[in-house]
Amino acid sequence: MHRDGPFLLLAAPLILFLCAFYAYPVAAMLLASLHPPAWSFAEFVGLAGSHVFWRVMEVTGEISLIVTLVCLLLAWPLAYGMARLPAARANLLMVLVLVPFWTSILVRTYAWMALLGRRGIINNLLLWSGLIPRPLTLLNTRFSVCVAMVHVLLPFMVLPIYATLRGLDWRLARAADSLGATPWGTLRQIVLPLSLPGTAAGVIFVFVLAIGFYITPVLVGGPSDVMISILINDEVGVLNWPIAAAMAAVLLAVVLLMLGIFARVVGVERIARGAP
Amino acid sequence: MRRAALAATMALVLAYLVFPILIVVPLSFSSAKFLSFPPPGVSTQWYAAFFGSDAWLSAAWTSIWVASGVTVLAVLLGTPAAIGLHRGRFPGRGVVRALFLSPLIVPGIIVAIGTYFVYARFGLVGRPIALVLAHTCIAVPFVVINVGAALHGVDRRLEQAAQNLGASPFATFWQVTLPLIRPGIFAGAVFAFITSFDELLIALFLSGSTAVTLPRRMFDQIRFDIDPTIAAVSAMLIFTTTGLMLSAELARRRAERRRTRSVPSLAS
Repeated sequence: MHRDGPFLLLAAPLILFLCAFYAYPVAAMLLASLHPPAWSFAEFVGLAGSHVFWRVMEVTGEISLIVTLVCLLLAWPLAYGMARLPAARANLLMVLVLVPFWTSILVRTYAWMALLGRRGIINNLLLWSGLIPRPLTLLNTRFSVCVAMVHVLLPFMVLPIYATLRGLDWRLARAADSLGATPWGTLRQIVLPLSLPGTAAGVIFVFVLAIGFYITPVLVGGPSDVMISILINDEVGVLNWPIAAAMAAVLLAVVLLMLGIFARVVGVERIARGAP
Repeated sequence: MRRAALAATMALVLAYLVFPILIVVPLSFSSAKFLSFPPPGVSTQWYAAFFGSDAWLSAAWTSIWVASGVTVLAVLLGTPAAIGLHRGRFPGRGVVRALFLSPLIVPGIIVAIGTYFVYARFGLVGRPIALVLAHTCIAVPFVVINVGAALHGVDRRLEQAAQNLGASPFATFWQVTLPLIRPGIFAGAVFAFITSFDELLIALFLSGSTAVTLPRRMFDQIRFDIDPTIAAVSAMLIFTTTGLMLSAELARRRAERRRTRSVPSLAS
């Protein structure tokens, strides 16, 4: 304790800052769901019986699952291919992953609006080529919200998978090959199990980020694609704080539960390291 | 055959990632009033529209000022905190680490409405300082992570050598540790700047009508009507973030080369 006192002192300003300007406000807001000072669970009971809330949770879960699955299917081959390339060439391709990663979500969502709109690029190309007689409705559908969300979240899946595959001892794969394993057998029995920590990190990150998404679903989602963040935002808009806070508490509980399960399976250190 | 299939899959996924971003650039030079592709002609009218509009310019200035404030605050708070967390073995270290990293994980809407809930009571809504305080909370994890990673690469024997030669702890930090972790601080600063500069959800609640940031104005415009001024703003944002990111990456690589070159005997 004597030796480590100065180290705690170094961290103290940030601890105080985050407590004052982030942890306290979030905690105070969440507590509003319990109607202080009377204290009651009425809001949570109300949510449990609310048809709208369950429908929105269902939509949120559905979209998040689809997005996570598609991200996984697209990211894995890309990360694998990059990990097999020489580092210099892989770094070059990495720039193509990182530029979208650091481009604002708003800009990327806007780009999808420009692509998928009624007078958008894809419709114009299809009309011009004579494949369709009139513009398709692509924007503000389940399809558009998934395509745009996958685009935004894909780098979060590629980066951790690539990191584990790059650090993998490929001599194990070569050993399997020379012992007569088929390429598919090596992939399934050696590479896939060894890549599990990074893959799990990617899956959990994308899923947790997806269930809290607001910007993309609000701009390119359909009228029935109301996700939980949108609902919370709308309740705050009409100053219905207890309900908004109760829904925020449920959302936070779901996120923490997912991370808790993940920490059990893969280890907390990896969550920190997998962070961008 | 299998290789060709893998290469084709990679090309398609990369095209999907990059194509929507590239498409914004020709759109921003369109001469058409509405979004149409290919653009009927080339024009810089949407850039002129941006630079001729007080509302757009003041939003850009607000964003630059807020992000600069966030960067300074996040570096000043995050760097010592990362050192304390990385070097210290005090009780409750796990809790402190969870606190530092949690803003990355807690959904944005929760941070946004939480800060709005309390800041509003203190009359902070609509003032840039509110944005600086809230954005710093979500930007500081990037400084803590990057400085922590840089500290991980510091050879402790260099610091011990300095102290054996009579340097005070402060002099050791200033002359030995700090130069070694400077690339990590720089990378953290760039990430912090971009995080604040791009942030929308908190700004939706805290900007009011007097501290409108660039993302906030873009969002309002996109919801109201898509005119190609947004494309011009987007194109400029893409160039800015890409430039910042590449400079952070180059700094990191230069530092890596310098480190491996200067201490070969210690590293071996």
